[in-house]
Amino acid sequence: MEVFNILAPGGYTTIQDAGRFGYQELGIPVTGVLDQPAFILANLLVGNPENTPALEITVQGPVMEALAPVDISVTGAQIGITINDRQVPEWHCIHLEKGDIVSIQQVQRGCRAYLALAGGFDVPEIMGSCSTYVGGKLGGFSGRAIQKGDILLSKKPKLNGRQRFIPDKLIPDYLSNKKIRAIPGPQDDYFDEGLDLFFNSEYLVTPDANRMGYRLQGPAVALRDGMPKSIVSEPSLPGCVQIPADEQPIILLVEQTVGGYAKIATIISSDLPKIAQATPGDVLKFEKTDIKTAGHIFKAQKDRMLKIRKALSY
Amino acid sequence: MNPDLFEKPKYRLVGDRGLLIEFGEGIHPEINEKVRKLSRSIKSIRPKGIIEVIPTYRSVLVVYDQDITNPQILKYFFRELEEQDQNDTATSRSVLEIPVCYGGKYGPDIETVAQTNQIDTDDVVALHSRETYQIYMIGFTPGFPFLGGLPEKLHTPRLETPRLTVPQGSVGIANNQTGIYPIESPGGWQLIGRTPLCLFDPSRSDPLLYRAGDSIKFKPITKKEFRIMAEKENN
Repeated sequence: MEVFNILAPGGYTTIQDAGRFGYQELGIPVTGVLDQPAFILANLLVGNPENTPALEITVQGPVMEALAPVDISVTGAQIGITINDRQVPEWHCIHLEKGDIVSIQQVQRGCRAYLALAGGFDVPEIMGSCSTYVGGKLGGFSGRAIQKGDILLSKKPKLNGRQRFIPDKLIPDYLSNKKIRAIPGPQDDYFDEGLDLFFNSEYLVTPDANRMGYRLQGPAVALRDGMPKSIVSEPSLPGCVQIPADEQPIILLVEQTVGGYAKIATIISSDLPKIAQATPGDVLKFEKTDIKTAGHIFKAQKDRMLKIRKALSY
Repeated sequence: MNPDLFEKPKYRLVGDRGLLIEFGEGIHPEINEKVRKLSRSIKSIRPKGIIEVIPTYRSVLVVYDQDITNPQILKYFFRELEEQDQNDTATSRSVLEIPVCYGGKYGPDIETVAQTNQIDTDDVVALHSRETYQIYMIGFTPGFPFLGGLPEKLHTPRLETPRLTVPQGSVGIANNQTGIYPIESPGGWQLIGRTPLCLFDPSRSDPLLYRAGDSIKFKPITKKEFRIMAEKENN
């Protein structure tokens, strides 16, 4: 069933779910949403299973015409939403009538917003996921970002009996938090003073920041004497911080599977949403942590999500 | 014993979701054999909480779900497997034969490779198809194999200007590497031939015809054979 006609696609809008797992050894990157919690909450707000494909919106949102009555929600970055020019709130389940024009505007704080549709977007499941892998022209909406004129489909749009919302005090507050916790390694032994420098300096997000990786600018991180400038290609995970020949860190993200340079540290999974919400011009500060602390942070995040689920009466 | 092979594998954390098991330094068939055995053992048992098992030149990267397992449990388990692997002396590797039509429109750079090495194109075909190549790793694009063992007489620098599109199935050479482009993509390799086989198909239950740790041998075929095989693949 047709649900949306795309009148304007926005900055970079793709259909994503939690990711395509289990195929990295075939050279298929995980892709998927960069801000998992915001994505999950968008789905819960409209009564969807957590891993239902949604739209990932980057900086500038799309303008869409509803082709049927539907329920949607928008979470993540702070971003304006209007329906027929009437302002509506984020973190709420919103109802649209057929013919309504929904306009998602420009981010005010953060970088990426998530739009979930009750009943989910209908795209083929490829290798277990509906995420878009643009490099391989695979998945999502025909393996590419949404364009003007595209018609989005849903298998069975449902309408919610009640319009859920997340109370202000439970809305995750991380958009302005640029303290990024990372565990040293896997190639931390390639560095000596460079390691301390990395964890005690500020790094600017350059305009070369996207789903493949974020190039940073700041104090040069030098390898230990005698270490080779590049390593034999090795797999990377989202959050690995690579130090290439120019000694400026790059945060590797979700659109590739290997890297050829030493990885000084890896951002903990709980802090990846902060990267998802960072834009060029933001200043990041890396904080050294360990696996035990990372585990506590992970658990605390789980508990917070549980509280929100309860508030949504799940 | 290979000096670059570690006495005991080294375990490294990759953030809070990966465990890297390293067997040595550099590119050596011996080190890679250990990688191959451990990946195979882990995959055949699939302990709870493992999301990915990624073999590479000299290490295995295991991605896990921290809600279900943790590095200590995995380390303990892998050490057991690694010990068992030590006693497993069988070194059966599956060898995949890949039919390739060399030269002509399928291998526009075969002359360059020949001239660079002062041999003729028949020699290029003979040398290239005589070897059995080990797949060390797969990455960069879906199904792109990192192959070891290209004869020195075929080493040729990359193209000065990469092509915007390299046709799917193209077989190429770049410096000391040879490989295949399973999907159409930009590329800077010297193209010497093409395979009609569809190596990567996301809709198949097994999307890729090979894995890291397997070996590949190229088998020369004629243009006619190429056309027949290509037609079969499309149906």
